[in-house]
Amino acid sequence: MSHQARILMCRPDFYGIEYEINPWMNTERPTDHATAVTQWSDLHRILNEHGARIELLPPVAGLPDLVFTANAALIYRDRAICSRFRHVQRQGEEQHDAAWLSANGFTVESLPDDHFFEGAGDALFCGDTLFAGYRMRSQAASHQLVAKRIGRRVIPLELVDPYYYHLDTCFCPLTQEMAAYYPGAFDDYGRKALAEYIPTLIEVDKDEARSFACNAVVVGSTVTTNTGCPFFHEQLRAMGFTPVATPLSEFVKAGGSAKCLTLRLDGEEAARWRTLNSILSE
Amino acid sequence: MTNNTSHEFQETVELQGHIIDSLILPKVLDAIMIGGGSFQIEDIAVGQTRHDASSARVVVAAPTARQLDEILATISDHGASPIASHDCRLVSADLSGAFPEGFYSTTNQRTEVRLNESWIEVQAQEMDCGIVVDATKNEARCVAMTDVKIGQQLVVGHAGVRVRPEERSLTSHGFEFMNSAVSTEKPKGVATRQIAEQMQEARSSGQKILIVGGPAIVHTGSVDHMTWLIRNGYVQKLFAGNALATHDIEQAMYGTSLGVHLQSGDIIEAGHEHHLRSINRIRRLGGIQQAVETEQLKSGIMYECVKNDVDFLLAGSIRDDGPLPEVITDALEAQRQMRERVRDVSFCLMIATTLHSIAVGNLLPAWVRVVCVDINPSTVIKLSDRGSWQTVGLVTDVEPFLRALVEDLKGRSS
Repeated sequence: MSHQARILMCRPDFYGIEYEINPWMNTERPTDHATAVTQWSDLHRILNEHGARIELLPPVAGLPDLVFTANAALIYRDRAICSRFRHVQRQGEEQHDAAWLSANGFTVESLPDDHFFEGAGDALFCGDTLFAGYRMRSQAASHQLVAKRIGRRVIPLELVDPYYYHLDTCFCPLTQEMAAYYPGAFDDYGRKALAEYIPTLIEVDKDEARSFACNAVVVGSTVTTNTGCPFFHEQLRAMGFTPVATPLSEFVKAGGSAKCLTLRLDGEEAARWRTLNSILSE
Repeated sequence: MTNNTSHEFQETVELQGHIIDSLILPKVLDAIMIGGGSFQIEDIAVGQTRHDASSARVVVAAPTARQLDEILATISDHGASPIASHDCRLVSADLSGAFPEGFYSTTNQRTEVRLNESWIEVQAQEMDCGIVVDATKNEARCVAMTDVKIGQQLVVGHAGVRVRPEERSLTSHGFEFMNSAVSTEKPKGVATRQIAEQMQEARSSGQKILIVGGPAIVHTGSVDHMTWLIRNGYVQKLFAGNALATHDIEQAMYGTSLGVHLQSGDIIEAGHEHHLRSINRIRRLGGIQQAVETEQLKSGIMYECVKNDVDFLLAGSIRDDGPLPEVITDALEAQRQMRERVRDVSFCLMIATTLHSIAVGNLLPAWVRVVCVDINPSTVIKLSDRGSWQTVGLVTDVEPFLRALVEDLKGRSS
């Protein structure tokens, strides 16, 4: 029996644009709450239909971005390395993330106070290697510390375009040997490092990157993204994936999309340690 | 691996992690060279398996301290941290009035030191000082060389010290005209308007404005402008020398400044004695305060300062006549008092004085806005060259500037 994907989500009860901490956000461009709820519920349903078990983090008033559970922590086996948010507006999320993860069987760890780290938003496994974005939110030094703690190879990648402030907005591991990415979000060193360690890289074009093509949720061979990424979906189909498009425009207003709204609790599809885990547990 | 580290300013940094696989090491080395520095790899340990981290210890060198700071700031973003960036290193002062050798020399930028594994902000930030640490109170503050006391704990070296430069925003501080620091070619009207805006904002938010002024304020006939500023709450502190106060009082008592009649421009017979007679009269009365109380002094800048509770400080110099009783003739004592009294200042306007401007500029932290108005561009340039880069310079005659400033402020309040 194959391992069932476990995904953490958080209902958008208190979601909205209450501050501006990335170029997407504009408090004068508010979200439509009813539409946001519909879009979130559609994503929830789609992931459920494709075999994922969705767990829910209780929403908290005054923490509009808690809905973006990808930033709660980096999950490595039964360990959750919790986020230390750069922006004070999101720091209130830390205790709620940690409490839920701890109550749900994870060993919760945190980094020193002066180490910014934004969880699975900036740290994604592809194969045996953890790719880690820095400069905009997480710090390179935090990733070095994470590398030391988990004893895995960690490749820090500098993010150079403020629109792609988290690694998961411009990079998406699809399998242990394949990832999609938007080259414009990285510098030459980053692009070279990616090309060196990931055998197959799918380039996402500028327009579709802006539609958050790279912010995809991968469950098995299903890849769910925001709408507006037809060319990327064609590429995915050619590679044998089943792409699904669902509108997430209300979350794009905050600089997030499908992947940001989820935290894979059993390890991302592309993480090698996850397959080892599932083999061991069978 | 080396590319020449003969530069004078050096710092050793350490990089850890998968710095070779991720190209972080070449990226850091490139950034050092792009920043005008050089490097020497002292030690490198390459991980044996792909899970093993590598580490490198790199000596970074640069021709100036500022370049080195910039390079260190850039590469720290990539995870390169000064090697002993654990806690700051403290050495007990073995003498009073002198730092231990190798002391950390401060800038006017916001600075933090690491103590017991956490960073604390250095208080009383000032350039060209040392940092004294009180570990029991978890406090650090700048201390001038002369104020060091035997046994105090002082920071030595750069380890455990980090500087957080102010952002030099081009648009948000309201000083859009400051894109070049000093110029005779700037539209004065725009600059004056922006200075007026800043002063009004400071007044309405209860911040303190310091004016550092020279006697040219009196010589050029600007006393009325200054007194208007004082009466209307745009001046909370005034730093000057003996000359400004003397000529202001001379004008109040005799209508002259250095013997020149300010209304007619005529040189008055025996007018050169007026300033001495003024000083003498104030000395006989015991001071400016007493002269105002006994109604011997009934107008002028110093009169308004007393009447409006402006905190004034007069610092002496070797060539002073008199001086007036309030003048602090011990230069170190004057420095000490100025240091204490600039702590709560948020805006500083320096008018037509070179030495006092530089002295105050040296004492102010980088986040205090400073405007320096002088007919002589070299005053402003000197201030910037000495590290007070936050200074905005305006090269113009004092009287037209103050007149325009007062008119602008009057327009706002009406």
